[in-house]
Amino acid sequence: MKLTYHPLGDTGIQLVFGQTISEETNQKIRIFTDLLKAEQIEGIVEWVPAYTTLSIFYRPDKVRYQALLEKLERLYENIQRGVAEAASLVYEIPTYYGGETGPDLNFVADHNGLSEEDVIRIHSSQDYLIYMMGFVPGFPYLGGMPEEIATPRLEEPRSKIAAGSVGIAGSQTGVYPLETPGGWQIIGQTPVKLYDPEREQPILLTAGHYLRFVSVSRKEYEDIAEAVRLGEYKINSKEK
Amino acid sequence: MSRKLFQVIKPGLLTTFQDLGRTGYQEYGLVVAGAMDDFSLQISNLLVGNRRDEAGLEVTMMGPTLKVLEDAVIAITGGNLSPRLNGKPAPMWKSFAVKEGQLIEFGQPMEGIRSYISVAGGFDLPAVMGSNSTFLKAKIGGLNGRALEKEDILYGNEDVHAVTGRSLHYDEIPKYQKEVTARVVLGPHQDAFTDEAIKTFLSSNYEITPQSDRMGFRLKGPELTHKTSADIISEAIPLGGIQVPANGQPIILMADRQTTGGYTRIATVISADISLLAQAAPGAVVRFEEVSVEEAQEVYQGRESLLRVLDKVSK
Repeated sequence: MKLTYHPLGDTGIQLVFGQTISEETNQKIRIFTDLLKAEQIEGIVEWVPAYTTLSIFYRPDKVRYQALLEKLERLYENIQRGVAEAASLVYEIPTYYGGETGPDLNFVADHNGLSEEDVIRIHSSQDYLIYMMGFVPGFPYLGGMPEEIATPRLEEPRSKIAAGSVGIAGSQTGVYPLETPGGWQIIGQTPVKLYDPEREQPILLTAGHYLRFVSVSRKEYEDIAEAVRLGEYKINSKEK
Repeated sequence: MSRKLFQVIKPGLLTTFQDLGRTGYQEYGLVVAGAMDDFSLQISNLLVGNRRDEAGLEVTMMGPTLKVLEDAVIAITGGNLSPRLNGKPAPMWKSFAVKEGQLIEFGQPMEGIRSYISVAGGFDLPAVMGSNSTFLKAKIGGLNGRALEKEDILYGNEDVHAVTGRSLHYDEIPKYQKEVTARVVLGPHQDAFTDEAIKTFLSSNYEITPQSDRMGFRLKGPELTHKTSADIISEAIPLGGIQVPANGQPIILMADRQTTGGYTRIATVISADISLLAQAAPGAVVRFEEVSVEEAQEVYQGRESLLRVLDKVSK
């Protein structure tokens, strides 16, 4: 298969890896992005992986469209030959379910005819693929939530949802990186800051990797929150 | 050494610190922000002997009043918002000295809507993720992530290269008009539009509506029809991307655009013409002219060469 691409004005190019949302397409984008990172092509400023595309922004005074395209095509051939494989990480997001910081756990359970424990067990036993990041800084678009715990959004959105809130909207799950209004069913909270502009690594997650929620007790939650405050917390991750 | 440069007497309509944007974090959903008219900011920096990407003040429509707290050299570029120094017209596109106790003020917008103020040595600001650009929605960058407010004190760095009287050649000063021709590279979703829509897009006048800000310019004009759907699977959106939702009215995405979006985009405005668009007020008319990527990159190179020459001269 040949590489499909479109220019984005004079400083961008979009590579198209598929037409529908799938793990396979997303993993291809992951592999390509890794190769691109390793290649360090002069003139490339940054890139944005999404569900089916990878957009690359560059400086035309350093590399022109045709020259860049040829380099990208060569990288793509490498992928076609299956040279590279995705080494995916699973980030662990410690989550305290229910209670005051997870006010909708009960509703999600009732809505699906489950117990709260069932919801927690199901929600925390999946590796969710981070398809892309966006919407607000550090927000992961996650795929792969089981339909058994799918729940519609709140009829009336809340004006304030705390940073770290873990929620469900339809068959999507996600974490709020900062305090915003929102209509998701909030089932828990993580003390981990997905986004912190003052931190050396401001954003913890990267598209193409996986995320797993790990149920923790209130005590564990407090301990982690304290470590986060002191800047001593390191997110756990392991190879998938 | 940090020094107190200005005291804000009046903040103006929307005065923010901006540099060339917070790049490198779009893959994490972080908005680029940065000067709407990056050409004018780069020139104002070069005129006072700064690096091209130093942060300056972006002044919008109604400018601020600043009291000078310590002698400095500044330059004002971009839109002509009638700048004055102690009641007398201040020069534009030219570096000049300001003395302790003097007032920098602005009056009526005459031409263009955004001015840039650079100070020799640069403003002293804490960088957030490598940039001083203010992004209001996330409350980061610039001065505490917000626009200037009354009584703010603006700090500057010691200046080393300050020279007064350096100016941009008249021929190089952009002319801001009520009608703007923006050159575009078509796509990436031109196939989602009817042939008629592409023709209409490239031959009609579109008016910039008042619902336009640093995030994007909403336009009003002949409807652009989609073949089937206005929606796409979310993907990255570039500066100057022209998205067309189901109502057929285009929106040009500007500095504070979200990193990703789910609407079809008919074309992308070339980077050199973003600066001109940034100076167009609501009510102004935009026309689109198709160019190839190669042509657009020649234009880019031309502008880059000019900036490099000025950069060399200013050192």
